[in-house]
Amino acid sequence: MTEAPDQLHSTALLDVHRTLGARLIEFGGWLMPVQYAGILEEHRAVRERAGLFDLSHMGELFVEGADAGDALAAAVVSDPRTLAVGRAQYSMIVAADGGVIDDLIVYRLGPTRFLVVANAGNAAIVSDVLVERLGRWKAVLDDRSLATSLVAIQGPLAASILGPLTTVDLDSLKYYAIAEGEVAGIPALVARTGYTGEDGFEIFVDWARGPDVWTALAEAGAPAGVTPIGLGARDTLRLEAGMPLYGNELDRETNPFEAGLGRVVKLEKPGDFVGRAALEKVAREGIAKRLVGLVVTGRGIARHGYPIDASERRTGTVTSGTQSPTLGVPIAMAYVAPGDGEPGTILDVEVREQRVSAEVVPLPFYKRGR
Amino acid sequence: MVPPELRYTTDHEWVRVDGDTATIGITDFAAQQLGDVVFVDLPPAGTKLEQFGTFGVVESVKAVSDLYAPVTGEVREANQDLSAKPELINSDPYGAGWMIRVAIANAAQVDSLLDAAAYEKLTSAG
Repeated sequence: MTEAPDQLHSTALLDVHRTLGARLIEFGGWLMPVQYAGILEEHRAVRERAGLFDLSHMGELFVEGADAGDALAAAVVSDPRTLAVGRAQYSMIVAADGGVIDDLIVYRLGPTRFLVVANAGNAAIVSDVLVERLGRWKAVLDDRSLATSLVAIQGPLAASILGPLTTVDLDSLKYYAIAEGEVAGIPALVARTGYTGEDGFEIFVDWARGPDVWTALAEAGAPAGVTPIGLGARDTLRLEAGMPLYGNELDRETNPFEAGLGRVVKLEKPGDFVGRAALEKVAREGIAKRLVGLVVTGRGIARHGYPIDASERRTGTVTSGTQSPTLGVPIAMAYVAPGDGEPGTILDVEVREQRVSAEVVPLPFYKRGR
Repeated sequence: MVPPELRYTTDHEWVRVDGDTATIGITDFAAQQLGDVVFVDLPPAGTKLEQFGTFGVVESVKAVSDLYAPVTGEVREANQDLSAKPELINSDPYGAGWMIRVAIANAAQVDSLLDAAAYEKLTSAG
């Protein structure tokens, strides 16, 4: 997947989105729906009922071979060898200096077969880097990003809508698990993963079957009020759930420890991996910045790029911010100096040259009831 | 259809003239483009505005947008209801979603603004 960067992809669902009246934008090299009915309404639908997402822009990289587990363990910061077949782990691929190339979900599909899901805008880079890192191992990469449609259903009613449509037993499909089966008669991989803070499923099918899966879920979910969800609400949902977005909270200038994701880095795993030396140094010597959650208590909304001060001293920058639809207050994630990141600390966000008070709070902002 | 009796800016503000007072808001087109409005920052009474200078900010979930004064003048009043109910800008942009009332300093400035037909043409041209 090494197309010119200016070539805009569209998913197999583009006509479906147009028919639904979606507003379309460019995102990560793809033409994607940003909203249908409106961000607030879509956000609430996912928190209260269920939402349908077209995530076909994500990258699906299948890694297979006798050494697939060892090869991936040497390529990413987590240890995919520890996964049981049918389970998944959140992971990251970093450069030698520890900077994050992308955050990933790694699924174990078989003893020697894995699925790595990368962000749309990074899929080509991750594919290239993985191919290079798999070089000396008995493992090959099959980039099926442009052959795979990915449809997600997320929200408290997701399981009750998907259940009757699939041969996969959802009751025994745990969080961060994946199973092969059918959805509406279509061969699919069904994963209990998501990016919303709700229960939900991500369904991988052949590219051409994306619209069929979408339509089946939309029709089955209509009585329950299932709603199509664009990237706008996807962003507010993940922000409330305290989940990082590559390009905002994660980039090549940031290591996993700074992003509060040190638990993902398995320094104790056997064998070398790319970034180990740099990340061991970070673990030993400490971080240069720290990701925090902020609730704005003054008047204003903290937005990406706004500066943050701690008693007249510049301490950091907002990475993501919005008015929280669920909590009704402005929330943000930000990098600040490590000493300014304790919950309860009061900081100032510079909103259009005005200082607006914000309090450091623990992440996530929103956690669903069980 | 935009209200025929109002004047408009190319930045999508509307103006309703009543004697020497201009009531100012943003158009339905602008509100729809912004999406759900969640925050509005307006100037207090007494603030002096310059034509086409910024007078405030309107924010949707996703975007921040500056507001531009269609005329020069002094702010008489800002719509206090909008701090608790910014969604009025989406639901009733030409009515309860009004933003400020301004004492018009130079009536000739109003005549230089777009009329409804010209504004309609601007927005339908995309």
